[in-house]
Amino acid sequence: MQLYLPIADLPVNVFLVLAMGAAVGFVSGMFGIGGGFLMTPLLIFIGITPAVAVASVASHIAASSFSGALTYWRRRAIDPALASVLLSGGVTGTALGVWTFTQLRALGQLDLMIALSYVVLLTTVGSLMFSEGLRALMRTRRGAVPPRRTHNWIHGLPLKMRFKRSKIYLSVIPVLIVGTVIGFIGAIMGIGGGFILVPIMIYLLRVPTSTVIGTSMVLTLVTMLVATMLHAVTNHLVDAVLALILMVGGVTGAQFGARAGQKIRGEQLRLLLGLLILSVGVRFAIELVIQPADLFTIRELGVGT
Amino acid sequence: MMRTLLALLLVLLLGSVARAERLIVSVSNHRVTVTPNYSGEELVLFGSVEKDATTPADRTAYDLVVTVMGPRADMVTRRKERTFGIWINTDYRQFLQVPSYLALFANRPFDAITSPEIARRQQIGLNNVRLTQRVSGDFADVVPNDAFRSAFIRLRTQRGLYREDPSAVTFLTPTLFRTGIPLPAEVPIGTYEVEIKLFANGALVTKTETAFEIVKVGFEQFVATTARQNGFVYGLATVAMALMTGWMASIVFRKD
Repeated sequence: MQLYLPIADLPVNVFLVLAMGAAVGFVSGMFGIGGGFLMTPLLIFIGITPAVAVASVASHIAASSFSGALTYWRRRAIDPALASVLLSGGVTGTALGVWTFTQLRALGQLDLMIALSYVVLLTTVGSLMFSEGLRALMRTRRGAVPPRRTHNWIHGLPLKMRFKRSKIYLSVIPVLIVGTVIGFIGAIMGIGGGFILVPIMIYLLRVPTSTVIGTSMVLTLVTMLVATMLHAVTNHLVDAVLALILMVGGVTGAQFGARAGQKIRGEQLRLLLGLLILSVGVRFAIELVIQPADLFTIRELGVGT
Repeated sequence: MMRTLLALLLVLLLGSVARAERLIVSVSNHRVTVTPNYSGEELVLFGSVEKDATTPADRTAYDLVVTVMGPRADMVTRRKERTFGIWINTDYRQFLQVPSYLALFANRPFDAITSPEIARRQQIGLNNVRLTQRVSGDFADVVPNDAFRSAFIRLRTQRGLYREDPSAVTFLTPTLFRTGIPLPAEVPIGTYEVEIKLFANGALVTKTETAFEIVKVGFEQFVATTARQNGFVYGLATVAMALMTGWMASIVFRKD
């Protein structure tokens, strides 16, 4: 069944988009991430312009992270204090990101920047996660005990605050910075940033695993809601029809993914996720390096309607 | 001064005398609506050549060139070049007020219909259509084999938005003709001008114009205009939709 997308200005097959939403939802449910880093490239691949894809995926991630956040809230697995500090950084970052997005679009370098950020971010995070997962897997094979967590330099910073539910005593500076960075890249790349935020919170901020995913989902939810609003107001690029199809597919897929994820061990899960992220990054890298099929592109500067 | 006026009058008089044929045309649909399941369609243009008493008796073979032009817009063509090992948009040209849709149809090859000189003046064939570029402050069209111009036409043609077909017009009788106007799925919205030029023995005999309109209707149109005009409300609605979907999912799939 063909459906005409009003903002993307092109007809798509509803079942194809629904299936894409479900597949990405499955992966996101399995790994507890938003899945934006998979969804945006897939949309670009079926012919939707990167700008519309990034803007529309924001609302899709908001939907899936809201359903996740509600579940974690009921389990009391969200740290409200930590979430609000992260958020004040996140909202600033998102606003900066949308502004940068608009500037780059005017310069004609938006597609390049999106591709470049994907390459850098995904290959880095992917390889780190992959090697970490591999090491963890080796350790369990050898039956060795994981190394004891030690305090690092971050815990020496001033402006400390007590986060009761997470049971940590931490400076607000790194938390604010992390929030800003995630909000910024999220708005530019059309990703929630959960796959970066969760490792940062665990390894750098030493947030306990009990509250980490729920709290990161709150940040994702709010930054993506803000991003949707800002993209809608400044660039008019959010395709609500596309977003709705993605959401419905996504939230359904996520439920089945979450069940599948519980059957796999943590280290294997991280290994798989690392591999997945890495391969998306490498795919973008290849695209930048090989000669494009067409060196020319056209952009319309507003048709007189 | 007087002499030029006289000459002008003479040309006008001769012109009206020479215009012994009249073109009567119509398109099958003057208002094409783009609905959510629109996947392209084809309009039909038909018409006839009306002769009158002043038509030279020996004039029987006519040639017809139909030009369809969609709403005009500014466009930018960018060229990628390899910089530091990766492909980056470097150079660009701006095309000013060029048709977003352009189709040229005829009953036989353009070069068989008329001389290159007239073809250029009457903008017959994609190579002869005027596409104004801004070249460092100047406004001009360039030679047909300019890299940006030919890339522009090639890309538009690939999307089915620019086309030329010198065999699309068919004469059903020596004076009755028809042609199809294919409109692809991603056709731009707006007013389309259709210009029909009649040639005989390589000379332009007469021309006429008609138009049709492409509009988005219903939900489509509503979403597109709201997004553009009421960005804030549209954003709020999208946000509300996202929250509703997320909330519903957490209710539906609740494991109790």
